[in-house]
Amino acid sequence: MTDTVWIDAALTSARPQAVGALLRYFRNLDTAEEAFQNACLRALKSWPQNGPPRDPAAWLIMVGRNVAIDDIRRSRQQQPLPADEAISDLDDAEEALAERLDGSHYRDDILRLLFICCHPDLPATQQIALALRIVSGLTVKQIARAFLVGEAAMEQRITRAKARVADADVPFETPGAAERIERLSAVAAMVYLIFNEGYSAGGDTATIRAPLCEEAIRLARLLLRLFQSEPEIMGLTALLLLQHARAAARFDAGGALVLLDDQDRALWNQKMIAEGLALIDKAMRHRRSGPYQIQAAIAALHARAAKPEDTDWTQIDLLYGALEIMQPSPVVTLNRAVAVSKVRGPEAALEMIEPLGERLSNYFHFFGVRGAFLMQLGRNDEARVAFDRAIALANTSAEAAHIRMHLDRLMRDSQPRAAKHY
Amino acid sequence: MLYAILCYHDEDTVGSWTPEQDAAVMKKLAVVQDKLTRQGRLGPVARLLPTTSATTLRKDDPPVVIDGPYAETKEQLLGFYVVDCKNLDEALDIARDLGAANPGGAYEIRPVGVLNPGSVSG
Repeated sequence: MTDTVWIDAALTSARPQAVGALLRYFRNLDTAEEAFQNACLRALKSWPQNGPPRDPAAWLIMVGRNVAIDDIRRSRQQQPLPADEAISDLDDAEEALAERLDGSHYRDDILRLLFICCHPDLPATQQIALALRIVSGLTVKQIARAFLVGEAAMEQRITRAKARVADADVPFETPGAAERIERLSAVAAMVYLIFNEGYSAGGDTATIRAPLCEEAIRLARLLLRLFQSEPEIMGLTALLLLQHARAAARFDAGGALVLLDDQDRALWNQKMIAEGLALIDKAMRHRRSGPYQIQAAIAALHARAAKPEDTDWTQIDLLYGALEIMQPSPVVTLNRAVAVSKVRGPEAALEMIEPLGERLSNYFHFFGVRGAFLMQLGRNDEARVAFDRAIALANTSAEAAHIRMHLDRLMRDSQPRAAKHY
Repeated sequence: MLYAILCYHDEDTVGSWTPEQDAAVMKKLAVVQDKLTRQGRLGPVARLLPTTSATTLRKDDPPVVIDGPYAETKEQLLGFYVVDCKNLDEALDIARDLGAANPGGAYEIRPVGVLNPGSVSG
């Protein structure tokens, strides 16, 4: 690895902590970001020559703060900048600052930075874009690419989002315990959104959008490092790891969606699965269940099955049942119905989703699942109607192509087919 | 003499590598390991999962289970090698080779007192 690659990784990993601390100091997002940028420029000059500092984040905070203060002074008094040696000779000051950073400030700084991006007035896509820009430090170009929009449009979206959070009053005082948990849960939801933005991509764009999944996992691990005993953050991290572990198997060479049952399980990333399972184990010990833990436990049951027929559908049905109580939603019931179809057959499953028709009348997966149940029952005409509706509602070409495959089968034979899991 | 080479690195930084960068580092490390294997000097090697997956049992009375690693440090223990060397200089040479393949962080070289190769695989 070259110096620049190593320095890039160090700057990226120090970013949330450094920008978070600079934000607490300057109480202005633009000033904090600019101070960080300036510190990075100095790091690129200084680190290759002097070697990397022991604590890159503390170095960046110190330098960023000094440079910004100098800028402010200079604009007031036209004072000259201090010599570079004065800035690079930070060892003692850096140690002192690092010690102070090791305390609780560090945790609340990063949480605040993430929380600012979750402003309730911002639509989900803007929250995500803002977090990727401010916290992750992705360039506007990278974010635009991941969202499949033009750079200018993304620039505008981020600028608008920033203006809105700048007007919002996020308190800079150390939050109380209840406030902290509230912030954490909003931030966890946003990390999940970032992941989904990457995960819900079609086969044609999955590679382009995979970095969103990786970034979400990085942020989840960061949160977990800050809140090591929070079972829901363990659950969130586990959930993302277990889902992303299947990435290589989710699309075929032509970009078509491959269902769980048909995936080549040898392509699943065993290291991510191991980490996910380890985190669920840890979370369960706390006996404080929550939606992320349950979803992770469901993903774990899939990950543990060496073959599709080894899947413990009874347990999955129970877990979805628990999730329905915690977070009632027609989508959860729809997912549960798939498990029910495996345990009690398609008739029971169909009966379960019938009442959802009204609320999910524009939901692709509802008609895909309904069509599959009807097909299993040999009610082919009705299945065809459901599949046609699904195609009309498909979000990606991969989804549409997958349903078309079902329709082709219906055309070819009128025999009932084996169950398919969505 | 057996030496353990304990790998310390900032796991935030390692976690910021792209999958491609991570694979490139692993490939370079494999070259060093292959050489040691051919020379019959390579013992057990482990890459540990992130410290977020760690749990600590403090041997109080009664023992206390704590989420996370034992020590909160700037660099974390991310893995180790066991190598067979004539002396410390040789062990340091190996650490230098590994360090060239994976810069940043530090290696702690510790002579091994007892090594039980164990019975598990993979």
